[in-house]
Amino acid sequence: MTSKKNITGSEALIHCLLEEGVDLIYGYPGGAIMPFYDELYKFQDKLQHVLTRHEQGATHAAQGFARVSGKVGVCVATSGPGATNLVTGIADAMIDSTPMVCITGQVPSHLLGSDAFQETDIIGISTPVTKWNYQITDVTEIPEIMAKAFYIARSGRPGPVLVDITKDAQFASFDFNYTPCTGVRSYKPVPKIKTTSIDAAAALIEKAEKPLIVWGQGVILGKAEAEFKAFVEQSNIPAAWTILGVSAIATDHPLNVGMVGMHGNYGPNMLTNDCDVLIAIGMRFDDRVTGNLESYAKQAKIIHLEIDPAEINKNVHADVAVLGDVKQTLPLLTEKVTAKPYTNWFAAFKKHDEIEFEKVIKNDLHPTKEGLTMGEVLKEINRASNNDAVIVSDVGQHQMIACRYARFSNSKSNITSGGLGTMGFALPAAIGAKMGAPEREVVAIIGDGGFQMTIQELGTIFQTQAAVKVVVLNNDFLGMVRQWQQLFFDKRYASTEMVNPDFVKIAEGYFLDAKRVTTREDLGSAIDEMMASDKPYFLEVCVEKEDNVFPMIPSGASVSEIRLS
Amino acid sequence: MEKKYTISIYTENSVGLLNRVSAIFQRRHINIESITSSASEIEKVSRFVIVVSLSEEAVKKVVGQIEKQIEVIKAFYHTDEETIFQESALYKVASKSLFEERHIQNIIKNSHANIVTVNTEFFVIEKTGFRHETEQLYSDLAPYGLLQFVRSGRISVTKSPMNIKALLTRLND
Ligand SMILES: Cc1ncc(C[n+]2csc(CCOP(=O)(O)OP(=O)(O)O)c2C)c(N)n1
Ligand SMILES: [Mg+2]
Repeated sequence: MTSKKNITGSEALIHCLLEEGVDLIYGYPGGAIMPFYDELYKFQDKLQHVLTRHEQGATHAAQGFARVSGKVGVCVATSGPGATNLVTGIADAMIDSTPMVCITGQVPSHLLGSDAFQETDIIGISTPVTKWNYQITDVTEIPEIMAKAFYIARSGRPGPVLVDITKDAQFASFDFNYTPCTGVRSYKPVPKIKTTSIDAAAALIEKAEKPLIVWGQGVILGKAEAEFKAFVEQSNIPAAWTILGVSAIATDHPLNVGMVGMHGNYGPNMLTNDCDVLIAIGMRFDDRVTGNLESYAKQAKIIHLEIDPAEINKNVHADVAVLGDVKQTLPLLTEKVTAKPYTNWFAAFKKHDEIEFEKVIKNDLHPTKEGLTMGEVLKEINRASNNDAVIVSDVGQHQMIACRYARFSNSKSNITSGGLGTMGFALPAAIGAKMGAPEREVVAIIGDGGFQMTIQELGTIFQTQAAVKVVVLNNDFLGMVRQWQQLFFDKRYASTEMVNPDFVKIAEGYFLDAKRVTTREDLGSAIDEMMASDKPYFLEVCVEKEDNVFPMIPSGASVSEIRLS
Repeated sequence: MEKKYTISIYTENSVGLLNRVSAIFQRRHINIESITSSASEIEKVSRFVIVVSLSEEAVKKVVGQIEKQIEVIKAFYHTDEETIFQESALYKVASKSLFEERHIQNIIKNSHANIVTVNTEFFVIEKTGFRHETEQLYSDLAPYGLLQFVRSGRISVTKSPMNIKALLTRLND
């Protein structure tokens, strides 16, 4: 327990952060949070504050930091517009289960409810998108609430927590005592494991002839990569990933059969409707994964390993629910399974892979046409980074291409906005990712549309010199929407064509090294040059304007109605 | 198949919780038929009683989402058969009816309602019972002119034990 006599609420907040092991926060100052910033000034050597150029950027940076490091990301904003600017990032963190603590300043408590200058009801606004939130009006509550905030954000299924602190509580003084939170009586972060569920799961797996594993981010959030790998190898079951699960085991692992979902691989999607036992591990059967639920894996028995009881039977009925932290449940299950060859089953995956290669991958990665494809850019990045970069993607076609083709050797390497699909996520998230894993190469893959949603964070990159590599795949279109318009709206390209500025000049305006590539001959060397740089670097690659991402499960269709063209 | 369910939620005493709980229903377009919040049998623990008409599958999912809230200790759902439940209603009537219409005194007596207060201008009747009983009294009194009418949400206890005390003792350890 740490104690300090007679300190202000603001100073107390800083001690809370230090006690929780935080040494880096993202934020933006303003009236109602000024006492805190004033204290921050005095603690600069212990607690680094990164000034983003917009509060949304602060949330995404905190998310990027959290996702690569497994630690809680922290961001700070003032009341009113500062607080409302956080909402998108909080919602994103909520749906992608990212541990984050947001601190917002609030008008003095005597003005609450008076429509005071920059007063918004951020507790009301953020309630549906936070795991927990709380407004502090009494300085003495600060240590307990902050301890609780961190505990809730990181425990169980992680998520964002918002703490709103009135200005008077920041100014007031009290005697500070800090004890970390170890439990909240009404909150059970990890459900108790039922050994009968493990037995039932093992029995189903034992009888299976065509089992399929689909794993999600739960494996990474549970820090259970080793346990997961052991389970996959011990059982010899083909394993497919969701967009947030990828990188928990290496892309090159022989049992890794690729991605499920709307733009996932042909084999795992088609064979979802052919498997006899589907083992879902730390994933939540999102509609982008399942397509039409009426025709999703109806022939299969479903085993669902999950930490959040509310996910069981939410979208897909589980024949066996294995509640618990996968770090604990997986080893129990591994003990009880034995490898079988599944020869014909693996052959089915191979057959589908060959079809997908012929119809899609070949043209994406080894194009014969003149224009550059997004896929070949990813291929070059894989080559230049030895399949070991952290890839931070934005939202759209480039995101799907990045997730399909980026190759990973280490966990926590694919940072993308999965559940919310937030354009503008990648640039600030990459800043956070670089700061959370400074030793790693961080490459942001961003579309020309999404880049302009948080483009101002180039300023943060310049100021901090965070050595992120920013690649904009420019197709002069809101490409993913254009693709839907082409396929489902008779090519009526309503408001998807972009007249873009000179991105290289903009990057240069922020004093960043910047380059544009338009031809295949220049691509490899440009990427080598970017990777060789130990500074931030901006690369615009002008790609084919009207390429489409395939395979594709049209929205509302069954996984087995996946289209290859 | 839709059915009437009573959801009982034991919670910590926290300001924002009502918002969190009602948002769960709102997001799913579920109409709350009645909601009450009060103290429970345990000190500092509140109890919500919410009545909804839903399929059992849907009510299960909603209860799962409610239990997920940090400050919710435990949530249950029950059918009418599994609970003892009542509602209270207050009826304000002009006093002259009481004195001039003999019939009204019979209505009050037969419905087992109580007169809470009487003065020269109005009197107030209270009736606790099932919905159809308070509704019956409403239609019986309506011809005499109701100055005001109000009915509470359902309050309910379950026939089977809830064991919240035991749960809390476990959680407190
Ligand atoms: C904030 C936000 N607004 C709108 C959308 C809808 N949307 C999804 S993808 C997309 C197009 C993205 O275009 P761009 O960033 O150029 O990427 P591309 O698809 O061309 O690779 C849009 C508008 C979104 N996901 N997020
Ligand atoms: Mg684009």
